[in-house]
Amino acid sequence: MGDHHHGPAKGLSRWLYTTNHKDIGTMYLWFSFAMFLLGGAFAMIIRAELFQPGMQLVEPGFFNQMTTLHGLIMVFGAIMPSFVGLANWLIPMMIGAPDMALPRMNNWSFWILPPAFLMLASTLLMEGGAPAFGWTFYAPLSTTYAPPSVTFFIFAIHILGVSSIMGSINIIATVMNMRAPGMSYMKMPLFVWTWLITAFLLVAVMPVLAGAVTMMLMDIHFGTSFFSAAGGGDPVLFQHIFWFFGHPEVYIIILPAFGVISQIIPAFSRKPLFGYASMVYATAAIAFLSFIVWAHHMYTVGMPLAGELFFMYATMLIAVPTGVKVFNWVTTMWRGAMTFETPMLFSIGFLVLFTIGGFTGLMLSIAPADFQYHDTYFVVAHFHYVMVAGAVFSMTAAIYFWLPKWTGRMYNETMGKVHFWVSFIGFNITFFPQHFVGLAGMPRRIPDYALQFADFNMMSSIGAFIYGASQLLFLYNVIAAITSGKRVTDEKIWDGAEGLEWTLPSPPPYHTFEVPPTIEEQPAH
Amino acid sequence: MLNARALAAAALTPLAANAQNQINMPTGVSDAGVVITELGAEIYGLHMLIFWISVAIGVGVFGIMLYSIYAHRKSRGVKPSQFHEHTGVEIAWTVIPFFILVAMAVPATSTLLEVYDNDDAELSILVTGYQWKWKYEYLDADGENISFFSNLATSQEQIYNTDVKGENYLLEVDQPLVIPVDTKVRFLITASDVIHSWWVPEIAVKRDAIPGFINEAWTRVLAEGVYRGQCTELCGSYHGFMPVEVHVVSQDEFDDWTASKRGAAAADAALAAQELSVDDLMARGADIYNASCLACHGAKGEGGLGNAIAGSAIAMGGVDSHLNVIVNGVAGTAMQAFGAQLSDVDVAAVTTYQRNAFGNNTGDVVQASDVVSYKEG
Repeated sequence: MGDHHHGPAKGLSRWLYTTNHKDIGTMYLWFSFAMFLLGGAFAMIIRAELFQPGMQLVEPGFFNQMTTLHGLIMVFGAIMPSFVGLANWLIPMMIGAPDMALPRMNNWSFWILPPAFLMLASTLLMEGGAPAFGWTFYAPLSTTYAPPSVTFFIFAIHILGVSSIMGSINIIATVMNMRAPGMSYMKMPLFVWTWLITAFLLVAVMPVLAGAVTMMLMDIHFGTSFFSAAGGGDPVLFQHIFWFFGHPEVYIIILPAFGVISQIIPAFSRKPLFGYASMVYATAAIAFLSFIVWAHHMYTVGMPLAGELFFMYATMLIAVPTGVKVFNWVTTMWRGAMTFETPMLFSIGFLVLFTIGGFTGLMLSIAPADFQYHDTYFVVAHFHYVMVAGAVFSMTAAIYFWLPKWTGRMYNETMGKVHFWVSFIGFNITFFPQHFVGLAGMPRRIPDYALQFADFNMMSSIGAFIYGASQLLFLYNVIAAITSGKRVTDEKIWDGAEGLEWTLPSPPPYHTFEVPPTIEEQPAH
Repeated sequence: MLNARALAAAALTPLAANAQNQINMPTGVSDAGVVITELGAEIYGLHMLIFWISVAIGVGVFGIMLYSIYAHRKSRGVKPSQFHEHTGVEIAWTVIPFFILVAMAVPATSTLLEVYDNDDAELSILVTGYQWKWKYEYLDADGENISFFSNLATSQEQIYNTDVKGENYLLEVDQPLVIPVDTKVRFLITASDVIHSWWVPEIAVKRDAIPGFINEAWTRVLAEGVYRGQCTELCGSYHGFMPVEVHVVSQDEFDDWTASKRGAAAADAALAAQELSVDDLMARGADIYNASCLACHGAKGEGGLGNAIAGSAIAMGGVDSHLNVIVNGVAGTAMQAFGAQLSDVDVAAVTTYQRNAFGNNTGDVVQASDVVSYKEG
């Protein structure tokens, strides 16, 4: 590393040995998109089976494998790595650092992911089939009653956890140590802030998940009874541990999305973000609350009344900081001078649909009403509004927003807008009717259903096929932009965009900010 | 409520023709206008309250946003303002939502207190979840419990689309739970294998059935009728095929029903003392097989989740080892111990059936007395 001005190595070794944050970011993004397509393919199988009542395409056991792998791959393979990829590309460029603080660990945290997912996907070919106990893998269905492939699933989860923890440590070290002189914490772009807080959440809860799967491993192979009532253990303990990880996990997924939206809406409103400081405090408040609300996923397990009340009140409180964020975004748009390029469209789509997901979340927090909502399609609709229209829409917005900066080439704007509208409509046709069937009594994770749910399920399946197909348009648009998109040379591709990354050439050289930039009086946000 | 229906009907005109499309939570009130359960009606009211508050906030936020999208666009030649901070506004939209939440929490708390009021029940029923059926046991002070399993009654032909699906497709059982009207019934809910969840939407009872735990829930149903629900916790392959069917009847009908159940149990016991003909055993065995074995072992004994029975070494080998599997189950697998679930005569019948159906043709006849002596070792 004596020569700091060398370019990338040639061929495969560039990618295998790279310690460059841009290369690693690129690999994370392509890997997560591949996982998004795989998890999406599983979703298409689910929706095809649910197109009509009766069993048509797959057997019930395989259906459960599909719902399980769809959830696991989308959460751990698509959404989480995609935001880590975004962090890799953007955090050094946003804080004026030459690279991530721990570049070799960065390489390692990416390269252990593909084998882990290969192992997870290979369980489909194993005797007894892939894990079929849902992405929440409640014991004892995931221990005593699990297929033999569960051991490979446990190993895969361990590796993902290690990868996430290493990635988070890297982000924390980078943000704390490598900011350009003059960039105080309260001058950092919100994307950096949200990722810093997310990284702390990850470091706190991934070990808890590792503990949960290790206890499963012990129960399955070493004769312990952590989760087996017959041996003096406690199946509900599993749920407490899982959701102590699982609820912060929800915010691990959505906080970086908040960061992205907080960069894009000001850019296309041509107006600074409203309430920067309150956005930072709201993010921190959400992160804190995320640790004390886990049991709202477990209102029906038979908790004592006092526990039920505590978790209900704490959960309702989350509406306050989340509301602050939504109000701030809308006020940022107010009296701006807006244009509606693809990144802005996806951001507004996010704002509307995520807010709807927030409302259903508020409804779900009401414990007595949750006795009716729990484990129905109402919940499925709710979390797809926050996961897909929240995390995935914001990720899509981010790709359209920064792709021209990364590649120096523009995507096709018309195709981008078509992608947005088809996605937006397809998404709503898929998931809006799921509120109805859920309220009317359709449980989640069933391969076949009673006749009164037939029409809305058919609608939902048609919407899913539309939404799924629109992602291929996205893939095409991105590849076309990289290979033959119109060249852009301005540093500031979007006239309203603010931040250090927009002071770099497009595309940025392989190494950037080898000399730290000076932060002027103008705030980075 | 009416408005919500009308709105959705307008948005979904082609579907509205099908009166079966329900888009909201059960109201807790029957079509005839009778309250089904007071708690259900209260939960529905709470649900609609939160819904309308959300709608009101949504209309405000989205309205302002849409107006801004219309009015504050660059193409109209507006110059962007540069304001970006206002502490008073931030405090206002932190404090006001907080008080709205407090207003929601008050009715939510009082409803939750009622959900948890399990005292003074007049009838207690132990509900046990099995893969993939429910067992109901009426707890009787004199120890004369009524106990039976409730299996899916929908045929495999309907599920695999070779027969027309009936009105209550997947929501019908062979033996429903029967409870008297206007009586506080306490459910003690548990499971024997994995976690299940017992749910009947129209009476607003849902509670997880967890092995090693006994959860409590209660209902007082005020309107006679049939109420249907399903298992709502993923419990393995046939999670979608273990419905709940509750018949709410008058006290007189309930008394008749309990008497006939006790009579049937006595008749079963009497049957166990007799020698049954091969035909009787085979007919009875076929019914038991279809209700209890078919999901895993296949309609033709071809296997599936479980091993094949057609031509299997167990079904064609020694009678005792065959009984061992059926009575005691196989540890570490999904094969349950049916000795506790089926009467001796039923175990005898299904064993006889398995040994002679699917081309096994061993010619063996197993009688209830054989099962009794096997169990006694």
